[in-house]
Order: sequence, then structure tokens, then C-alpha cells
Amino acid sequence: MQPKIVSLNVNGREHHVALAPNVTLLQALRDLSYTDVKNGCEKGDCGACAVLLDGKAVNSCLVLAWQAEGAEIVTNAGLGTMDNPHPLQEAFADSGAAQCGYCTPGMIVAAKALLDRNLNPAEEEIREALSGNLCRCTGYGQIVEAVQMAAERMQEGER
Amino acid sequence: MKYEAKPLPPVDLPELRQVGKPLRRVDALGKATGATVYAGDFTMPNMLHAQVFRGSWPSARIRRLDVSRARALDGVACVLTAKDLPGGRLATDMPGQTGQKQRKGSQAPVLASDRVRFVGEPIALVAAETLDVAERALELIEIEYEPLPGVYDPLEAMKPGAPVVYEPDNIVASWKIRNGDVEAGFSEADVIVENTFTMPFIDHAYLEPEAGVAWMDDQNVINIRVCTQVVEHFRSIAAAVGVPHNRVHVRGTMIGGGFGGKEDITVEIFLALLAQATRRPVKLVYTREESLLAHSKRHPFIITHRTGVKTDGRITAAEIEMVSDAGAYPYLSPYVLLYATVTACGPYRVHNLKVDSVSVATNNPFTSAFRGFGGAQAAVAYEQQMDEIAKALAMDPLEFRKMNYLETGNRNAIGQKIESTVWLEEEATRALAALGEKTPDDGPLKVGRGFATTMQSYGRIMWFHDTARSWVGIEQDGSVVVRCGAPDLGAGQVNSLCQISSEALGVSLADVTVYNSDSALTPLAGTTTATRQLYMSGNATLKAARMVRAALVERAAQHFEVAPEEIDLADRRAFVRSDPDTSLPLADLAKMCAADGIKLQHLALFTAPFTAPLDPENLRGDLFPDFTFSAHAVEVAVDTETGEITLLKSVGCHDVGRAINPTAVEGQIQGGSAQGIGWALMEEVQIEEGVMQTPSLAEYLIPTAKDLPQTEAIILESGSGVGPFGAKGIGEPALTPAAPAVANAVADAIGVRIHELPITPERVLAALETLGGREQ
Repeated sequence: MQPKIVSLNVNGREHHVALAPNVTLLQALRDLSYTDVKNGCEKGDCGACAVLLDGKAVNSCLVLAWQAEGAEIVTNAGLGTMDNPHPLQEAFADSGAAQCGYCTPGMIVAAKALLDRNLNPAEEEIREALSGNLCRCTGYGQIVEAVQMAAERMQEGER
Repeated sequence: MKYEAKPLPPVDLPELRQVGKPLRRVDALGKATGATVYAGDFTMPNMLHAQVFRGSWPSARIRRLDVSRARALDGVACVLTAKDLPGGRLATDMPGQTGQKQRKGSQAPVLASDRVRFVGEPIALVAAETLDVAERALELIEIEYEPLPGVYDPLEAMKPGAPVVYEPDNIVASWKIRNGDVEAGFSEADVIVENTFTMPFIDHAYLEPEAGVAWMDDQNVINIRVCTQVVEHFRSIAAAVGVPHNRVHVRGTMIGGGFGGKEDITVEIFLALLAQATRRPVKLVYTREESLLAHSKRHPFIITHRTGVKTDGRITAAEIEMVSDAGAYPYLSPYVLLYATVTACGPYRVHNLKVDSVSVATNNPFTSAFRGFGGAQAAVAYEQQMDEIAKALAMDPLEFRKMNYLETGNRNAIGQKIESTVWLEEEATRALAALGEKTPDDGPLKVGRGFATTMQSYGRIMWFHDTARSWVGIEQDGSVVVRCGAPDLGAGQVNSLCQISSEALGVSLADVTVYNSDSALTPLAGTTTATRQLYMSGNATLKAARMVRAALVERAAQHFEVAPEEIDLADRRAFVRSDPDTSLPLADLAKMCAADGIKLQHLALFTAPFTAPLDPENLRGDLFPDFTFSAHAVEVAVDTETGEITLLKSVGCHDVGRAINPTAVEGQIQGGSAQGIGWALMEEVQIEEGVMQTPSLAEYLIPTAKDLPQTEAIILESGSGVGPFGAKGIGEPALTPAAPAVANAVADAIGVRIHELPITPERVLAALETLGGREQ
């Protein structure tokens, strides 16, 4: 099949790009310079490429770019910036949850999807929600603490 | 048995302003917001995409290689084979530092020419306009192999008549320790305990696969932007490519995890060759599958302990044999084996000791550095052996160990005097006490506890004559610049340099900018390996910062007309200690120094102690700058019906000398132990006849958030390390005690020892079956 022009809405920006049908959303996003979406395995095993697709955390390597047309795509960089970080990003920085940082964007996306539906998760619920995201540096302890810290701060209505 | 921690002896650790504080790491927010750029994120104008053609046989002769169809494909810029190369080999160590003779021809070729020795060996390189075209070009490469007999088991490989991986034989390295009178020691023993322990190939499984971009600039310098633990490979890269050392510039990026797997050269030489051949920027990013094929593995070891003890628990003699699988090329196998050999008997006084170790070539994937570097494999064996001896003596495992622990001032297995604090008992009791009340058994769920106490060196082998440089300067607005070649693995290497220099210069972390990991633009600081960067680059940075501080203090003393000892620096000001209101901003002070021509930028060199190589036939002397002593304790529940093991509690206790950043230290302890737990329970790169059966993260499983409990980190600070402010290293020591602690806990739970890692449900059930058989 020939490439077609696909409209992708990423972090509130509209892109129109010519994409072959076999291009994954991961590849399309990285080609559009959303490099905060990380490629760790391209098979859905590691979660490093997770993005929010209409509010749901998905591995962008398992979604074809064509399928994402018309959806609202949010990457970790779309949640906040260095100057105006999201409470999750702030909490990850504060608790030492990012060591090498390669899993961090996907991890935060997964945590965001969790907190969107449950702002008071138990430790087990956090671990369950993050179990599709691999981290090799932290042993997950400080990541779990970061999600708890962010949830508390968000409940206090910091943002 | 109830364990109670005795109070620690008093240590005089001065309260500092930056060091010792759990400050937010300077690299944290960039990573959390996705602003940090990694090697695979870079692109350049006019950039080509590279692919590597790899062999599919573990042992074969290449009879025919034809790349002409690949070269002819539209969009292919370049295809390189061994014929096109200057014949360089892949040196993996620091030239001039190793001392050990290299076996001729045993270094891996950059590209295989006539012979392949493991599955995945690189044979040809392609650069093309798009990744798609490069991948299609690989399919057009024609190759014919003549399969040769291979050898896949190190014990088989040592036998006469075994296929030889490379001449003259399969012995890659061997080391020996001969200490005291082993025969006399055994004859004195009341009980002799013998066990053999094995552990598998495992993979680093860092989340970031290897990646890089290279280009040649207008000075004919080959620039390589890459994720590497060793920017100083620029020399080896230059040699392999055939250009002078000053024509290769390695620009290290933030690394997405390494753990030793990015210590050897990965994509650098391939990129350099293609950039040189095409004169265009070239990018190479491994897929996860290629990463698993292309980089080293942790050495499998077979370790046999025979230990003689008196009934009171004193060790009278030990005989230890170690065999490691070096895979198809040596890489760092000799040194991994050396680390294992030197800590073979653990942190115990064993006066009559015989150790024989050997590393053996096979047609398996090559093995090299992995966090713990042989010291961790040794610990898996010696700590299980210690529990087995305690069991044979019907002694408490800690009481038995206490009879034999090394103490400060004692000499270790090779006669090196331990100068720093040894708090093994203190660590073990704290870790065990922190486990709290024991979880009761629940039907088929049997609960067990185990611990391990270990020693792991930090800093490189001293005969490598290790050095590190760091440059510190203060700008005229009082802000600080550090230039130091240390690569940042993600463990907080840059942040440590920040905290150290901000402490010395009286500024905050936000006032410091660190430039690092550049082989040409930052002073060379050595490898980010061997738990050495805090020790080496930390000391170099502190030294340089103190030189800058001395100049500032002297000028301020002159200004306030007081003695220099009266001046202190804090909050970006210089002030008189006895009268803190008499002060001036560092910015003003820096301007005064500039007006007077006083130098405020200093380059410092830190050198580790230098020694001569030890005799491989009987290792004797000083080998490491110092050791970190550690304990880890766990509680596990074993389902005796399914064999499934659940980790209930986990506590690591380490004397880190001085925690530069306690949050980062806690992260090391939690993350290191998680890797140890994975090694103990689930991880194994399965190889059959040289072929990997676990080619992706769907087959090669590492712990997820659901597999681990919250590991409690107990940080002790003896202040006795040789790092800055009395720090010891924690990167590797964090991992070392975890795996044997888990193995001991499982044995405690089910009453039978499983001698092989990983301890899978299948092995648990098999072990329970033998136990059941015995009881009948």
C-alpha cells in the first residue's frame, strides 16, 4: 500500500505527515522529533515508548500510526516542561526515581493514566499499573514513592 | 534467632552544607520531563543509516561472501567487509595499563573475515539513505558457511581434543592463590563441607539499546556521539580505523543504563569506518534483539568450595576451584576472573587457602564486564557455602560467620591489608533486624530468611595505574564550571561532582555546570566502571575545587585583613568565620582576582596507588585501592506446591563511608539488589549449541514492579573510604550480596539447597522431590 497523509494530534499540535501503513506510532512520533518517546524493544515488552492515546496509556510501538489518526496523543513531554513540570515529573525528580532516565517518560505516562482514574492508589495498584514498564536501574522503589508523592501533592490541589 | 544491632562506634563526620544532603540530582528534572537527549535521539543533515550484517553460525568458516548485490542496491552508500578494513582489532582495554600479555590473535576482529566463532559475529557493514534500504541491503548479502565443530561447555572445552576456539588452546586466563598449608589445615578440621555452585549467562538488559551517530569534520576528525561508559576508547577506535589518536573525538551522551555492557566498544568502530568511507554522518541504533546478540554477557561460573572447619566454627582450610565461560573472545574475562579469584573465600580469614581459577573459551556469546565483575559470582558461591557450613555445624549462620570475619588491619586472601572500616557484623545484624517479625508459614507457603555479607572492591586494579583529571573554574558572576571526562551512567556521576564542587566553593548545585564525557574537550577522567568514578573523578574534582577555593580564600583574607583560616565560603559569599556579616559576594571576589591576575581555574590530577602486576601463579600483594563491605537480608515465601518464590522483604545495609547524596545511594542499593534478585530467581540467557533461546525481552525476563518488594536501604557511614570526604563506592557493592541472600532464604524455607541459579519453580519442585525421597 502507498503512503497516505495522516493527521496526528500530538501534545496539542496538529501534524500532517505522509506515512506508509506499516509505520508504527513510535516511529512516526520519533520522526516528528518527539524523542522523549523512547525505543526500548519495539515489541511491547518494555513500556519505554508509552504514550497516552485518548487518555489511555499504550505502547506506541504496538500501534500503527494510521490507527492514531484523529486521536489525542500525549507524550511525557506534553505533560510538562523543565519550566513548568507536571506534579508527576516533579515528584520523579524529587524522589530519585529517574536514574538513567530512559524508562522515565514511559513510566510517567503509565503513572499519569493510573492517577487519572485513581488519585489515591495503594502501593499494589501502583505496582500493577507500572508492571508493563521495565526499569533496570531503580528496583522500582523510588518510582513507587514518586507516584505516591505526586498523588498526595495532586490531592492537595497543587495543580 | 533474634538479631539485635549493637550501637556503632562513634565516627566524627563533620556536618557539611551540600555533601551528605539528599538534594534533587541536577540531571533529574531533564530526565523526568523527557528533555534529556540520548545517543539515539540525534540526527544530522545528510545522515545515512547503518546496519550490521551478522553471522548465523556459532562456529564456521566463511567460504564465500558476496556483497555486490547489496552495493548495487539503489540508496546504498557503502558496504564494508573485512577486506576493506585496515586490519584493526577490537582492543577493549586501556592501552598500556593492563600488564597482562595478550594472547596473539585472540582479540575480536572488527569484522570477521574467514571464520566466525559465535552467533551474531559482525561480518559486514551497510550505510544507506534510509533504514529501510539498509535493511534490504542486508538481505542481498550472500554468504556461504562451512560449519565447524564448536564447543559450548567450558568443562568440555578444557578436555584434550576439544575444538579449539582460537589457538593455541581454550584457556583464556588462569590465576592461583597459595596461602599457608592447606593439607595441614584440612587435617586439623573436624568437618569438611564441599559444594559446587553454578550460575548462568545473564544480560545487562539496560533499557537503552546501543546507539550512536558519527561524522567526519573539516579537520578530518572522526566525531562519534555515542552512549558509552568509556570515552577513552577513542585510542582503540583510532587504531582500528587507522588514524592518529587525535583524529577521533568521542562525545559521550547521557547513558540509558550500562552496568558494564557499555564498557567494551559497541557501535563506535562501525560508525567511524562508515563515516570515514562515506564522508557523511552515519547513525547506527541497535534493535533490542541485536543488542542482546551483540554485547557481552555476565560470565557463567562453576565454583567448587571445599572447606575445613572446627566444631567451634573456625575455618581451618579452604580449597576453591573456579571455571568461567569466556565465550568466543576474551574481552575482560581475565580480569573478571581475577576479581573472582581474589574474593573467592569472601570477607573471611582463611589462612590456609588454595584457589585455582580458569577462564575458558567456547563458541558461546562472549562474556565481559557486568556490575559485580566476578566479585559477585564469587559471592554467590562463598555465601551459600557459609550457610551450608553453619548448617553442618548446627550453628547460627551469623554466629558462624562472626568467628571468621575479616577485621580492619587483617590481610585478605592475597595478603592485602584492609585499612578501612569493616562493619560486616554490624551490617548483617541491622539488615536482619530490619526484617522485623517473621511472616508465618501458610499451608504450602513456606517462609524462609537468608542473608549474605560480602566484600567488593571499588577503584580499578592498581597495576592499571589509574588516573583521573578534573578542571574546576569560577566565573566572574560566582557561577562554577566543572569539566571532567567522566561518563554518567545514570547513577549520578555528574551530580556527585556537582555536590562535591559546590561544597568546596560555597555555592549551591544550581550554581554549578558540569561538562563531562568528552574525549577531546573535557579532561580525561577514565572509565565509568569498577565503581571508580566517585573515588577517582570525585577526588580529582575535590582537589581542583580546593585549589580554586584556596585562591579565593587568600584574596578574601587579604581584602578583610585576616588570616586565610578565618575565611569560609557559603551561599555564594566569602565571609569571616568569627564575624559572618563581614562578607562579600563570590562574584566580587572573583572580579578582584581577575583584576589581580589570580588564576581561578585549576586542572587537578588524581592518581590511585600504583603497583606492579601480581604473579598469576600465586597472587600475593596489594591489588585494589579499598573495599566496600555489605550485607543484604531477605525473607521469601516458597509455594511448595507450585515452586513459585515470592520475595516478601528485602533490606540492604552498606557502609558507604560517606553518602555524598543519600537519595542516590538508596537508589543504588535498591536498584543493585533488584538486579541481584533477578539473577537469583529469574534471569538466564539460555544458549543451546551456541544459539540464544532468549532473543528478546519477552523471553529474557527481568524483574517488574510486581516482582519486587520495597527494598529498605540502610546506609552506614564510617568515613573510612578513600573517596572524597571518606566515601567508599556503592555501584557494584549494591548488587553483590543480594543474590546469595535470596538463595540462602530459599534454602532456609524449603530445607534443601538448590546449587544452580536461577532458582526457578522447576528447580524448587525438583529439589523438593529429592527431599521427599530422602524422607521416605
